[in-house]
Amino acid sequence: MRLLLIALSALLLNACAGPQLRGTGDLGLIIERASGHVTLVNTTARQPYARIGGLGDLSHASAVYSRDGRYAFIFGRDGGLTKIDLLEAKIVKRIMQSGNAIGGSISQDGRIVVAQNYTPGGIKAFDAETLELLSEVPAEFAPGQFSKVVGLADTGGNRFAYALFDGGEIRVTDFSNPRQPTTQRFPAGSQPYDGLVTPDGRYFLAGLFGEDGVALLDLWQPEKGARKILENYGRGQEKLPVFKMPHLRGWSVAQGKAYLPAIGRHEVLVVDVATWKEVGRIPVRGQPVFVMARPDGRQIWVNFAFPDNAKVDVIDTLAGKVVHAFEPGKGILHMEFAPRGEHVWLSARDDNKVLIYNTENFAKLGEIPAESPSGIFFTSRAVRIGF
Amino acid sequence: MAGEPDALRQKELVHLVRQDCGSCHGMTLKGGLGPALLPEVLREKPAEGLAATIYYGRPGTPMPPWKAFLSEAEAAWIVDKLMTEFPQ
Repeated sequence: MRLLLIALSALLLNACAGPQLRGTGDLGLIIERASGHVTLVNTTARQPYARIGGLGDLSHASAVYSRDGRYAFIFGRDGGLTKIDLLEAKIVKRIMQSGNAIGGSISQDGRIVVAQNYTPGGIKAFDAETLELLSEVPAEFAPGQFSKVVGLADTGGNRFAYALFDGGEIRVTDFSNPRQPTTQRFPAGSQPYDGLVTPDGRYFLAGLFGEDGVALLDLWQPEKGARKILENYGRGQEKLPVFKMPHLRGWSVAQGKAYLPAIGRHEVLVVDVATWKEVGRIPVRGQPVFVMARPDGRQIWVNFAFPDNAKVDVIDTLAGKVVHAFEPGKGILHMEFAPRGEHVWLSARDDNKVLIYNTENFAKLGEIPAESPSGIFFTSRAVRIGF
Repeated sequence: MAGEPDALRQKELVHLVRQDCGSCHGMTLKGGLGPALLPEVLREKPAEGLAATIYYGRPGTPMPPWKAFLSEAEAAWIVDKLMTEFPQ
């Protein structure tokens, strides 16, 4: 009798079982820039599982994740901020927060989402739960003059570091009191184009476009101010034209070194993170845009600006040189590694697909159809500082 | 207009402007790190100067020269389209 009851209750349980339980660690999304869609993907199955539309202008869109990896916050070019539930595969909330945006970030405690804007220039903080506006910090660098904001990255203590393209500054805004943020300003150099926070959250780097070099701020000792590294790396030489601005993020740091795109030179600059001195240059086949380390730091994958955006170069950090060079597709805009790096996903904009490669032997594993794909964002970003 | 590019080339140029100029100026040309390229923004500017900016670039700004990828006539055609209605 007792056995029968157990068997019966097991049957009942099965019959009542709601949606299948699952984690979010192997999920992600692909931005389809031209049509305002995102395709949700599973990196274990290497397959899409849902597609969501109605996200507006997603050219140059990017995404950050809630701490549990369940919700993605997508920053559209048109100022749209959309919160997506990856498990229910639906839009939870969507607001228009500015006229022209360039990405965003999420706080250490996961409670504050911050958007960085070109128009009106500045940053805005939102409640991650409700997307209610908490506060805004205009990027006013001179009376009445507002700068485009670039390079926004989260760091410890609900602080965010970013740079002012027109203002030539690095700023650190502290949202410990999210409705009354405080901001520190540091002169950085001419035309910072993007920034990154190192994976330990200690340093903020702003790449400079208007001059050779990178501005560096020690966030543990901000009172020391920003200083310049890699100054004059192109000294005396004519710069090559740059047809697309490079992107920086914490993925540039690997094995104690930072691998950074040179501006106007077909090189990756290598900097020792302990001394911040240049320790090498690696020639590549174009103007680097993304210089991304595989999570273990053994490889650096590099894609390029127009007209070399069909190419991808892979640097072996042990050998210090390119060990694999190929042309996987047309308009390679972005790359994303599986959480532990055994695979890499590449978006081929003009082929309308995302390509998946094995990073160990460079064999192609598959592809996923996507309309004009650009950014690829996996939930493993949720647990990384500066992403 | 003299020397208008043929249909195939027009398609290539439209793709170039929306996708590659779009990296800085926005795919919808509403601006990004670079200024907006909408008719109402460009209206007051001389077309010849705009074509020269595309062809030769603008030193001191991030705007690069595009002369390796298009002719002066094609730059003029792009400006003409930008100032009226740019094709999708």
